[in-house]
Amino acid sequence: MSRGRDMDDNLSLGPVTLPRRALIGGIAAMGGLMVSGCSGDPPTYGSLLRMGDNLTWRAQRLLLPRRGLVREYEHADISSILAIGTTDPGNAKEPAFDPDHGEDYARLRAGGFADWKLLVEGAVARPGAYSLADLKALPQRTQITKHTCEEGWSAIAEWTGTPLRALLEHAGVKPSARFLNFYPYDGVVDGIDMIDALHPQTILAYGMNGRDLPVAHGAPVRARVETQLGYKSMKYLRRIVVTETFVDPGKAGMIQSGWSWYAGI
Amino acid sequence: MKATSVDPQEHSGGAGHALWLRLCHWAIAGAVITLAYSGVVILMAHPRLYWGDVGNDLTHAWIELPLGRNYHHGGWAPPLAFFADPAGPVSRVRTYDIFNQNGWARSLHFLTGWGLVATAAVYGLAGLATRRLGAIVPRAGELAPRRLWADVKAHLVLPMPQAPGGPPYGVLQKAAYFLVIFVGLPIMVLTGLSMSPAVGAAWPILPAAFGGSQSARSIHFLVLCALTLFFVAHLAMVVLSGFRSQMRAMTLGRSGAGNSGVGK
Repeated sequence: MSRGRDMDDNLSLGPVTLPRRALIGGIAAMGGLMVSGCSGDPPTYGSLLRMGDNLTWRAQRLLLPRRGLVREYEHADISSILAIGTTDPGNAKEPAFDPDHGEDYARLRAGGFADWKLLVEGAVARPGAYSLADLKALPQRTQITKHTCEEGWSAIAEWTGTPLRALLEHAGVKPSARFLNFYPYDGVVDGIDMIDALHPQTILAYGMNGRDLPVAHGAPVRARVETQLGYKSMKYLRRIVVTETFVDPGKAGMIQSGWSWYAGI
Repeated sequence: MKATSVDPQEHSGGAGHALWLRLCHWAIAGAVITLAYSGVVILMAHPRLYWGDVGNDLTHAWIELPLGRNYHHGGWAPPLAFFADPAGPVSRVRTYDIFNQNGWARSLHFLTGWGLVATAAVYGLAGLATRRLGAIVPRAGELAPRRLWADVKAHLVLPMPQAPGGPPYGVLQKAAYFLVIFVGLPIMVLTGLSMSPAVGAAWPILPAAFGGSQSARSIHFLVLCALTLFFVAHLAMVVLSGFRSQMRAMTLGRSGAGNSGVGK
C-alpha cells in the first residue's frame, strides 16, 4: 500500500474539534430511539427507510474508528472506469441539467476553467472564492483509491487534489461546524458530515490518472469522499456551504429524492 | 422434524418450541425473505459478478446474470484511454438508462440487516442460556459416514414418517440448521460489511479476508443461492413430515404429538 505522497498524513487537529454529539446520539439511536430521532439529524419525513439510514450513520460513527484510512493502491492497479450520472453539465439534454448554472458551466469550460472559482461559505471565519490556482497553492495529495458505486461496480483511479480539511482550515472553519453541502453545476445537491469532511483522504480533486480531471468525471474539481459510496463524491463543484445544523437541499437533495444521505455502507 | 438418531440426553420428542425461539424463527424468516428480495433488486442494477477488489462493465466478469434489462446492456460512448498504452485503463461514458431501484432497495436491505443482527443476538443469548442451541449441534458419533448415509437413505423414502415438531433432530437436519445459523448467515453479514467503504476503511481485514470487496459480493450471492436451496428443502420437509403439526409447533408452541391433527 502506498500512502499519500505529497502531504503529511498526520495533520494536526488545528482549531477543529470533532463533534461528540454524533457519538452520544449513536448510543441513543442504538437504544431504539430511531423513531423520535435526534435534533439536528438528517430529516426522515416519517420514512422508515430514512430512519434506518440514520441508524446506520449513527452506528458507524459510534462503532467504527474514525481515522481509519481506505486502502491505497499501486499505479499498476488503476482500472478502467465508467462515467455515469451527469457527464456534461453544460448540455441541456442531461437529466440533471441546471438552467441556473448549466450555461455558466459551458462558458467556463470554453475558457479552460480559467474563470472558475469555488465559493466557500457558511460557518467559516473567512468566506471566499478559490480559483484553481488558489486550490493548487494549498497542500496537495495524490491517492490511488477505489471508487465504489451504489450500483455494485467499482474501479480504481489516481486522484490529485486539495485535502478538503486544508481548504476548510484555510477558510477558518468554525469548531461548531457539523455538516457541509456541495452545490455543483448540475441540479443535484448533496453533503457530508464534518467527520468525513475532515478525513485525511477526503480531497477536492482536480487531477485524475496524471492529467486534468476530465469533464465526464467532474471537471474542473470534484470531491473524493473515499469512505462513502461514489455518489457522495460530487462532481462539477461550484460552491461549498458549511453549516452547524443539517440543511436539507430539498428536491435537489438525496433524502427527498428517495436515497440515503449517508452512504458509508 | 425427523426423529432419527435420537440422543437420549436431548429433549423428549414433541416438546415443541419455546416462545422466544418461535418469535426469533419468524423474525429471522421475515428478515431473510426481505433481505433476499431487496438483495435481488440491488443485484438487478448491476447483475455482473467479479473476483478480486474491483470490477465494472469495462473489466472481466466471471458471470453476468440474466436479471432484467441491464443484462448485457449497450449504450456506451467510445472509450478514452488514460495512458499512452491503448490497452491500458479507459473511461467510457454510459448513455444507457439502467434499471436502478437502489434508493429504496439498499435502505430496506440495511434496515432489515439491522433487524436480522438484533434478532440473531437475542436468539444466540437465549439459545445459550436455555442450552437449546445444543439441539442443532451434531454430535461426533452422528457424523460417522454410516449414520450420515443411513439418514440420507431415510430421507429418500416416501411417505416420510410424521414428526411432531421440535427436537430431537436427525443428523442431516442438525447439520442443515447448524450450517445456516453458524456459517451461512454470519458469512452473509461479514461479506455484506466487506462491501461497505466505511467498514473497509475502519477494518481492512474484512474485505481482505474474502479476497477483496468484489469477491465478497460474489460470495454474498453464492451463499444467497445456498440459503435459497436450504429454504426450499426446509419447506419441503415441513410439508412432507406433517405440515399442520409442524406449523402448530412453530406458532402455538405445542406440537400436540398425542392429539396431532396429522392425518385427521
